[in-house]
Amino acid sequence: MRRRRITTALLAAATAVGTLSACSSSGGSGSNGKTIKVAYQKFGAFVQMDQHMQKVKKEYEKAHPGFKVELEPIQADENSYYTKLNLMSRSSSTAPDVLYEDTFLVNSDISAGYLAPLDGYLSKWADWSQFTPAAKTAGKGADGKTYGVPMGTDTRGLYYNKQLFQKAGLPTDWQPKSWDDILAAARTIKQKLPGVTPFNIYSAKSAGEGATMQGLEMLLYGTKDTLYDDASKKWVVSSTGLTDSMNFLRTVFKEKLGPSPQDELDPQWGTKVSTDLIPNSKLAINLDGSWLTGTWKKTGSKPWPQYSSVLGVAAMPTQDGAAPGKTSMSGGWLLSVGSKSKNKQAAWNFIALALNRENSLSYDNAASQIAERKDVASDPSYTASDPFTPFFTSLVSVTHFRPAYADYPKVSDAIQVAMEAVMTNQSSVGDAVKTFGSTVRSAVGSDKTTGS
Amino acid sequence: MSSATLAPPAPAAPVPARARGRRASSILRRFLPLLPAIVLLLLFFAGPVLWSCYTAFTNQALSGPGAQNPQWIGLANFRRLLNDPTFIQSLVLTVIFVIGSAVVGQNVLGLFIAVLLRRSGPVVRTTVSLVVVGAWVMPEIVAAFCWYAFLNRDGSLNHWLHSVGISQNWLYTAPMFAIILANVWRGTAFSMMVYSAALSDIPPEVEEAASIDGAGGWRRFWYVTLPMIRRSILTNLMLITLQTLAVFTTIYVLTGGGPGNKSQTTPIYMYEQAFKFYDLGYGTAMALVLLVIGALFSAVYLRFVKADER
Repeated sequence: MRRRRITTALLAAATAVGTLSACSSSGGSGSNGKTIKVAYQKFGAFVQMDQHMQKVKKEYEKAHPGFKVELEPIQADENSYYTKLNLMSRSSSTAPDVLYEDTFLVNSDISAGYLAPLDGYLSKWADWSQFTPAAKTAGKGADGKTYGVPMGTDTRGLYYNKQLFQKAGLPTDWQPKSWDDILAAARTIKQKLPGVTPFNIYSAKSAGEGATMQGLEMLLYGTKDTLYDDASKKWVVSSTGLTDSMNFLRTVFKEKLGPSPQDELDPQWGTKVSTDLIPNSKLAINLDGSWLTGTWKKTGSKPWPQYSSVLGVAAMPTQDGAAPGKTSMSGGWLLSVGSKSKNKQAAWNFIALALNRENSLSYDNAASQIAERKDVASDPSYTASDPFTPFFTSLVSVTHFRPAYADYPKVSDAIQVAMEAVMTNQSSVGDAVKTFGSTVRSAVGSDKTTGS
Repeated sequence: MSSATLAPPAPAAPVPARARGRRASSILRRFLPLLPAIVLLLLFFAGPVLWSCYTAFTNQALSGPGAQNPQWIGLANFRRLLNDPTFIQSLVLTVIFVIGSAVVGQNVLGLFIAVLLRRSGPVVRTTVSLVVVGAWVMPEIVAAFCWYAFLNRDGSLNHWLHSVGISQNWLYTAPMFAIILANVWRGTAFSMMVYSAALSDIPPEVEEAASIDGAGGWRRFWYVTLPMIRRSILTNLMLITLQTLAVFTTIYVLTGGGPGNKSQTTPIYMYEQAFKFYDLGYGTAMALVLLVIGALFSAVYLRFVKADER
């Protein structure tokens, strides 16, 4: 009897210990501060970040013996990437030491307590003086501290296929002056070249921030209105510009000038555009980011050396050609140190290495980024890396930045919902704008919104 | 008895104390092996449930200020739910989904198959059961991918329909129909098994007596068979309703709630708000509402069962 009781107790104890240790061992790696975890996105055609991190990992482990770099490429589309990153950052046992962070999420993630300020390290970093003033503000929080080092920025514009334009009888040095010019060209393509998608504009929730920025904001910031009123510090939830932008979308999809909505709903749509539709001349005009050419370079996921002769680029015009005549949006990504990192110095060392002159240069060239370091921008290999670089760099003069306040991600989500509703013709433009307004009001508080 | 040898002799009132000690130790002995399981259940089952009940009343988020210092905001999430047309629409779609695929689809089809099988030979019975239960055995994600492969634009269905000229992306043009069909296909086996068991319990004499009295097949079914299995019907309805309310994988894989929000049932909308738009508090508030709806449904069914027992 006694033996049985002892056995029972032992079994129970063993089970309990087993469970407890199983719970704690999941947080084991990295706890000694000798392993740094680096989290970044790897999805579809975007493989350059992964290549870059593999390279830096080798250099880092060589330069810092005893330290190990654990790469955690997160295979997920835009929105899911942020979700996974945030879920990881919530617990100190899973939080990454170095994270790849979109500038629009910086303020939101600072207030969530996920990021560590870098001012102490930056003041001692000689390279920091090479970064442009605009770049230095990219990772700046509302508290004035800097939370990330930019890897490169971007602008957005129109890519068009010159061969298709020629076949359709359109000028091969196309420079649209207004939204109507874009629609007119798309209509001509549709009429003359059946089977070719005339115009791609990202409009589905699955495109995530890509829909907000490459889609709606490229339109909205070409009108007289904006998304955020700097003077009153309020979100503009309804404006003529917003309605006009949505009407433009409606026209594109109603007249079937865009892709079929069901194609756009596919999470792989962006990859399909850059690796299939454009190289195979199935798409005439594409409103997209400056990084797109990275896909077609030798190191890209779909090498296509002819891109610079087949494609032309044009600036996105303002709605009716009003000055300055063209518009663009800029974002970019940062490397940040996680606030729960157990060895912030080691994490910082990784960032300093990953974004030194040589590594910034090779990444910006491979991923078609617009350089944020002066010494990279003036490097001959940078200017020669891509025939479109001068064009996209010139758009910096008319570019806009997102109002990347802590509430911005919520507003962006509401925009995507409205765009998808308009694209699929589920609601009228008026209703979509109305729903957008009420969603934003309840998400950020009606005292922080404006608009009739 | 180990406890007897260990316990020092207590002259005053020895029996009750020892008996109590023995009972306590026997209870301990009996429940000790269960302890790890109970701890695990509390930790991984009750814990998250309680946490999500609490979170529904906060502004807990995955990013932004709500991630670091979630604030107690009382009923604000629930007020927002009431004023959220998308949420109301998701509830309507959920009810359509539950009625279409569970209450009508699985339930009626399951009963129909069970009745037919009762009169068929063993070969037919085995074959049909195998096929139907096969759909049930398949993991939800696999079943969902099968239906995706069948219904999508380049899928098998369109391959056959191409010659007729009505091929289309069914997941896009008829999303609700697609998810209801897939869920009926997958869940019918459960109802079929419940009804097969219930039907085999009906004594053959009752039906014989009815047919001697001149009742035809349909009348026999309506006035004899159905009333005799009514308890099984209610239990089955309750179980499949609760199961279907929570269906996520099938819908997520097939349509993702889209296009737009044409097939966005509450679980899908909940996921979008909590994990795509980071609003955990709002998402869990929705979960709580769903829980209440499930509880209401079961309360109604249980009431019928009780009324029946009286």
